[in-house]
Amino acid sequence: MLGLTPDEVTAVRLSLRVATWAMIASLPLGIAVAMLLARCEFWGKALVNGLVHLPLVLPPVVTGYALLLLFGRNGPLGRLLAEHFGIVLAFRWTGAALACAVMGFPLMVRAIRLSIEAVDRRLEDAAGTLGASPAWIFATITLPLILPGILAGMILSFAKALGEFGATITFVSNIPGETQTLPSAIYTLTQVPGGEAGALRLSLVSVAISLTALLVSEALARRASARLR
Amino acid sequence: MSLDVDLSHRLGSFALDARFRADPGLTALFGPSGGGKTAILNLIAGLSRPERGRIVADGEVLVDTARGRFVPRHRRRIGYVFQEARLFPHLSVRRNLLYGRWFAPRGLPREDLGRVVALLGIGHLLERRPSRLSGGETQRVAIGRALLAGPRLLLLDEPMAALDAARREEILPYIERLRDESRIPVVYVSHAIGEVARLANTVVLVGGGRVAAAGPVAEILGRRELAAIVGEEEAGAVFQAEVIGHDEVHHLSLLSSGAGTIAIPRLDAAPGASVRLRIRARDVIVALRPPEGMSALNVLRGTIRQVRASGPASMELRLDCGGVSILAAITRRSCQALALSVGMSVYAIAKTVALDRQSLGRGRLKHGPGAGDPADA
Repeated sequence: MLGLTPDEVTAVRLSLRVATWAMIASLPLGIAVAMLLARCEFWGKALVNGLVHLPLVLPPVVTGYALLLLFGRNGPLGRLLAEHFGIVLAFRWTGAALACAVMGFPLMVRAIRLSIEAVDRRLEDAAGTLGASPAWIFATITLPLILPGILAGMILSFAKALGEFGATITFVSNIPGETQTLPSAIYTLTQVPGGEAGALRLSLVSVAISLTALLVSEALARRASARLR
Repeated sequence: MSLDVDLSHRLGSFALDARFRADPGLTALFGPSGGGKTAILNLIAGLSRPERGRIVADGEVLVDTARGRFVPRHRRRIGYVFQEARLFPHLSVRRNLLYGRWFAPRGLPREDLGRVVALLGIGHLLERRPSRLSGGETQRVAIGRALLAGPRLLLLDEPMAALDAARREEILPYIERLRDESRIPVVYVSHAIGEVARLANTVVLVGGGRVAAAGPVAEILGRRELAAIVGEEEAGAVFQAEVIGHDEVHHLSLLSSGAGTIAIPRLDAAPGASVRLRIRARDVIVALRPPEGMSALNVLRGTIRQVRASGPASMELRLDCGGVSILAAITRRSCQALALSVGMSVYAIAKTVALDRQSLGRGRLKHGPGAGDPADA
């Protein structure tokens, strides 16, 4: 496969798995937070909005370090998860997925929030008069109407996860086969003599995956919005 | 089935204070734009919450602020046809129509899709997307969608406001059929007197957030308060007539009413059909003797019941023509020249061409189901 070495193939696979999980796991929370920010007025809304967007403006290393403090073996949340659920994130691929999810979260929330704000709420009122409860209105009217925004948010989150480097390497380090994603692998290859060829190959793979993701999302979004026209 | 409304509500600086009752048949909330008619519908449908008041439909208390009762919109079973239709853009016409069915309580008699589709003439549109419909088609689908949700009451908010005259003519007959064939009471908001004269059984006059008057259409549309709302030039009388035949040669229809025989431009209705007629006061001429050598076809004999100033230069007469109340607007000068006074016997003359389609409606003025005329079938 493109003359990739087994280690490089491992890095590609790991990256795809980490990015996919980061995207899928953060989606329900992303939709919920986007709904909260788009539809609800509450005390401290600006604070919540700021927290969501923080990873966008903080140096990624700081975000990674914060995750390490919170979810590390001795961190308050890390210990809680390990003791009660047997989930360990530090230095595992799941930790890499968490780091990527956090970094991609503001992008995902932003895309979904914009599409929610564009929904004509009068359609929801109409559904209500036809007997649909708020939950049914969300499922049958709101969700289909914001589908293009959800797809855009997912792709942004996925692409961010593929490129995430700073927070991941700070939180879960750079362990081949466990936490060494594409950017970490490329970085490592550029640090060793004779690694240029491998770094170039992985970079090309990276470009190919990102481009494919973009094209697929474009196609899906076009189909989704064609249904509305 | 009936609806009782008694509401007080404040929208910014606008105060709404409405109290009326809607019985089976079509009740028109009639008045100028910005008078609070849509706000009343939104309160009935549960889209907004009144500050104070009570709404009772079919014996069920939907809102009672004194007791803290507020039934949410999705449990009210009140169909709402919005001014802008609000069809769901991501669903086909068929799925729009059937949307409310998922949620309709089981065990209640359901409207049949085929029947509603036939009533509204939308059979050929079922597989289309809402964006591919014309304005008139869109509103018919919106009416069908509301009907199929099994409502106990139907609210229509100026469903024809966004349509041109031709499209209105396309929808009016469907609303007349809806009124006559379905047992569901309809509350219809409009600021067009022609629509109200044609469709309503009961009229609730709404202006400045208040109910100015309420009652049977013929009575309310003949009232004085109306002129303040629709303008003097639209004041007129509404009454019932029956088609007795057609003059095919001259393309006229002949109607019989308490006031006498009336000729109007050819109407597409069978003899025996019941129609309602609105004659504007300004289209009526008053004469002391039966006129000769005149083009107007309709000459009704009557007695003056009331003489009143309606403007600096104009007077308004109320005539009793064989039990039918007719309004006539004439100049103050003519009134003096003819020395018109209460109790005098006069002739009211109405030009046939003034009685256009806009002022005609089918169906009886009395409400209740089964009031449709044979020509509708």
